[in-house]
Amino acid sequence: MEGMNIKKLEDIRNEISKARVDQKTCITVCGGTGCHAYGCLKVAQAFKDEIKKQKLQDSVGVRTTGCHGFCERGPIVVIQPGGIFYQRVQIKDIKEVISETIINKKILDSLLYVDPKTEEKIIYEREVPFYKKQERIIFGNNGFIDPTEIKDYIALKGYSAIAKVLRNMTPQQVIEEIKKSGLRGRGGAGFYTGLKWEITSKSQEDIKYLVCNCDEGDPGAYMDRSLLEGNPHSVIEGMLIGAYAIEAKEGFIYVRDEYPLAVKNITIAIDQARDYSLLGEKILGTDFSFDISISKGAGAFVSGEESALLACIEGKIGIPKQRPPYPAQKGLRGKPTNINNVETWANAPIIINEGAKKYSQTGTNGSKGTKIFSLVGKINNTGLVEVPMGMTLREIIFDIGGGIPGGKEFKAVQTGGPSGGCIPKKLLDLPIDFESLTEAGSMMGSGGMIVMDKNTCMVDVAKYFLNFLRDESCGKCLSCREGTQRMWEIVTDITEGKGKEGDLDFLEALAKATRDASMCGLGQTAANPVLSTIRHFRDEYEAHIRDKKCPAGVCKELIQYSIIEEKCTGCLACLKVCPQEAISGELKKVHVLDQSKCIKCGGCYEACNFDAIKIE
Amino acid sequence: MQCEASEFESIIKNHPQEKKELIPILQDIQAKFNYLPQDVLVMVSNALKIPLIDVISVATFYGAFSLTPRGKHVITICMGTACHVRGAPMILDEFKRKLDIDVEETTEDNMFTLETVNCLGACALGPIVVIDGDYYGQMKIRKADKLIKKFRPDKKEQS
Repeated sequence: MEGMNIKKLEDIRNEISKARVDQKTCITVCGGTGCHAYGCLKVAQAFKDEIKKQKLQDSVGVRTTGCHGFCERGPIVVIQPGGIFYQRVQIKDIKEVISETIINKKILDSLLYVDPKTEEKIIYEREVPFYKKQERIIFGNNGFIDPTEIKDYIALKGYSAIAKVLRNMTPQQVIEEIKKSGLRGRGGAGFYTGLKWEITSKSQEDIKYLVCNCDEGDPGAYMDRSLLEGNPHSVIEGMLIGAYAIEAKEGFIYVRDEYPLAVKNITIAIDQARDYSLLGEKILGTDFSFDISISKGAGAFVSGEESALLACIEGKIGIPKQRPPYPAQKGLRGKPTNINNVETWANAPIIINEGAKKYSQTGTNGSKGTKIFSLVGKINNTGLVEVPMGMTLREIIFDIGGGIPGGKEFKAVQTGGPSGGCIPKKLLDLPIDFESLTEAGSMMGSGGMIVMDKNTCMVDVAKYFLNFLRDESCGKCLSCREGTQRMWEIVTDITEGKGKEGDLDFLEALAKATRDASMCGLGQTAANPVLSTIRHFRDEYEAHIRDKKCPAGVCKELIQYSIIEEKCTGCLACLKVCPQEAISGELKKVHVLDQSKCIKCGGCYEACNFDAIKIE
Repeated sequence: MQCEASEFESIIKNHPQEKKELIPILQDIQAKFNYLPQDVLVMVSNALKIPLIDVISVATFYGAFSLTPRGKHVITICMGTACHVRGAPMILDEFKRKLDIDVEETTEDNMFTLETVNCLGACALGPIVVIDGDYYGQMKIRKADKLIKKFRPDKKEQS
């Protein structure tokens, strides 16, 4: 754009805002990956077609936005202004939404969210319990922005933080502000962001690099993807602020291969930012120049580790290096490199706009601001939730997450991905921050929260993570390569009824050796899933070892399916699905399961509508 | 071979011939051929002046690359933690049994390759199965058979 500068950016913002004052009705359709999978694009298209058919184009718009977070209820449609919240919207509903809600201003009861606790129908998004307790400072704009449209971001104060920085602040002042805010890295370890920037900025090297880490490898965590997909300009703006502070001219965004939509949206966003002179030479007419390129991962968990990630960008295999020297001293191509995670970058514009003082009023003593968690697993309201640091697990799981499906008993929550641990029921009132999670034997990680109920076997969970880690260990350190493998073998034996006395002591010793002798974070934390489950669920391990029983009914070798005679109605459902013909019987007569033929596939348990299949 | 060479040319001309381009080039080859043919890896090694062993090392390190041809349809089972606690291992077992192959294998008729992925980040839909990029959420053991038949109808049903 010709002659772009700070003043002109403000003019453009005013223009866009003015045009939107007498804003027409806007139907926003969530376009996150979850809703994509539910078919939101077809829903959005159907809205557009219907609006055209009814000749309403001039008064009603349709916008496919970033992720709204409430993935459980997708496809989500919110009608602005006002915020009428419709969930699980299907193509067949669209005609009615237009004719009733848009034209006749009537609410469609059938599409409203029903609070399962009060059975009350809820009309507005902000009143849905899932959103009520959240504080969505990072994530809130997702629902208003079409991520492929830079004007949407600019209209919501977008790029005003970098304008402020370029106009009024020195690089040192920016670093001081970030330091004062108390912001800590959201990628896992929780290092102070301002301090990290300062180390890189102090280097005397001419060339410095900036990297945004979106190698979100923790299974069950997807907030970084949702930010990059849903509000990519906030990440670009954060990187601009960082680049100005440490005086870097070149930046990279490293994205996982499994995130095609994120790659697409950030690519569009970078192009648009260049058009608006927000990336490239002489940004907004100043002497500051910075540009970003995208580097796509190729599927390796360990490449999220800083030094491994840099190797990937250089086209090598992603194996970590010994630190020090840290990337801040000697990183990409041997030059000082500052790496932060997606969510961390997205925090920077907010700190600059609101001021460190206001920002740091949210959170706990050691952990400031909010954190986005992905609340998944055995939970009613699966989705992404953003809460102030210090909220208790109970509030997150029961007030926001709506508790466990089927009213089953809560057993544990796993945080921190494969490096984290399981937190038991007795710690439900734990206020969540970096320190408290570490004390409980887990860690913050990137914010995955996998909820488990009484049907989840904790030994099986430990086995799951060990299998993951032995597969993803790069193999450089013997302690990690062999340690994860041996721990997996022992835990596998336990789940197969071959565990013996002394296994747990040996596991603990092996876990500590793996932790102490490994070079990078993967090996150093690989023992957490085992140690935390032994610490909090020792009795469950002992039941497997001593009694050869799996109390949760998961470990195949230790369980048996059988038919409860009193409950069996003789409906033939289980008989039909059994691949082994292990179930025999006639209509309306109690069925019989032949143990010698059963392969424990679980098909009958799933098929039975009368809870007549027992696992023990 | 002729065809491979011309496909390779069309890929390589979109990249600067630098060592750091190795992964993006391999990604393009994988997208084109559905796997990394050995002959093409030799061409990459020559073009970028990287020893073949280093090309193979990168090709085998990353999970996104396959050195063997894949079936017409790729079935991917999400093994993320959320899917795991919701029963993904049993779904995987069912697909293994129904297709009579193990993970990373291809059926004899070259119709299906079975793969797993660590997490797709669509946890609300778990357990999830992806076939050729389309998501099938809230998977059930008993739905596996139907899903396979959608892509490979029985001969009897066809006629």
